Amino acid sequence: MEVAERIPPFERFYLEHRDEVLGYLRRLLGQRAEDAWQETFLRALRAYGRLRHGKHLRAWVFTIATNVAMDELRAKTGNSLFLADEPAVELRRDAFRELEHLTGGLPPTERAAVVLRYGYDLPYDAIGSALGSNEQAARAAASSGVRRLRREHERHV
Amino acid sequence: MNVTSELDARFRAAAIAEGLVDVRYDLVDSPVGELFVAETDRGLCRISYFPEPAEEEVARVFGRRLLRMPLDRTRRELDEYFEGRRREFGLALDLRVAAFHADVLRELALVPYGLTTTYGTLAAKAGHPKAARAVGTVMNRNPIPIVLPCHRVVGANGALTGYAGGLDIKRRLLELESAVLS
Repeated sequence: MEVAERIPPFERFYLEHRDEVLGYLRRLLGQRAEDAWQETFLRALRAYGRLRHGKHLRAWVFTIATNVAMDELRAKTGNSLFLADEPAVELRRDAFRELEHLTGGLPPTERAAVVLRYGYDLPYDAIGSALGSNEQAARAAASSGVRRLRREHERHV
Repeated sequence: MNVTSELDARFRAAAIAEGLVDVRYDLVDSPVGELFVAETDRGLCRISYFPEPAEEEVARVFGRRLLRMPLDRTRRELDEYFEGRRREFGLALDLRVAAFHADVLRELALVPYGLTTTYGTLAAKAGHPKAARAVGTVMNRNPIPIVLPCHRVVGANGALTGYAGGLDIKRRLLELESAVLS
């Protein structure tokens, strides 16, 4: 266990995560992903010397990427509201693959929650902290996003 | 989704420009195998025949913000050395070792190209005449072999004794230097 928690030299951390973080930001931001990607790893590097342990580094870098993307998306589209009191829905992985191309139409928070959950398998508590909220809010955002995707999908079918 | 080499290079340049990097390092091909070479802002801080453990060790001593970058000047001086065109290195060094090690390494740096000295002689020159064994330990932990020429230190009877990269490499470095001189 001790080995897993040691903080690796930055180069190793960077090589391990740079590609999937770029993929994630492409899903959220499309063409604007590259600047956000660089900003993500610069922010990670600025904080890297102060990290206390090497647990959850993947969730940590996704959190930074989400923050950078949200700044970018909110600046463009404003914030969105979703109904938190509807029952939570979950999606099967193959069902997500069918809906994935529609995520670009979701409001920023829902888009991030859905992509982190179904595209990158992050648990809801990690998504909650990535979004600056909590597990419940993350679950609600993802649910709301999934509903919206389904409605959108039905309209196209 | 793969990061392109342009995007990668842009990030590395931005990280250096912002002063966010503790150690820049690279792997350099040489006639004695692949060398791990690392620098801080102050100078060359590590050369190692064993890249993986060296990476961890450098992160511990100098900070964990390591980034791989071409180290042009160091690479050039090492190339020239291995081609027999350079007898002294002009590189600034960043040594972070205990005082005794620093004393001994400072004397070591003065051992001329192509010559050898003994552990005992080096101990005496560093002001610790009885510390030949301890000098052996300092050589064994020399953070910057080749540039700090611990390959030029041999036993009192002329035996090669030991070398972090293996006796074969020690022999090859000494042969290279004597071949250049003759």
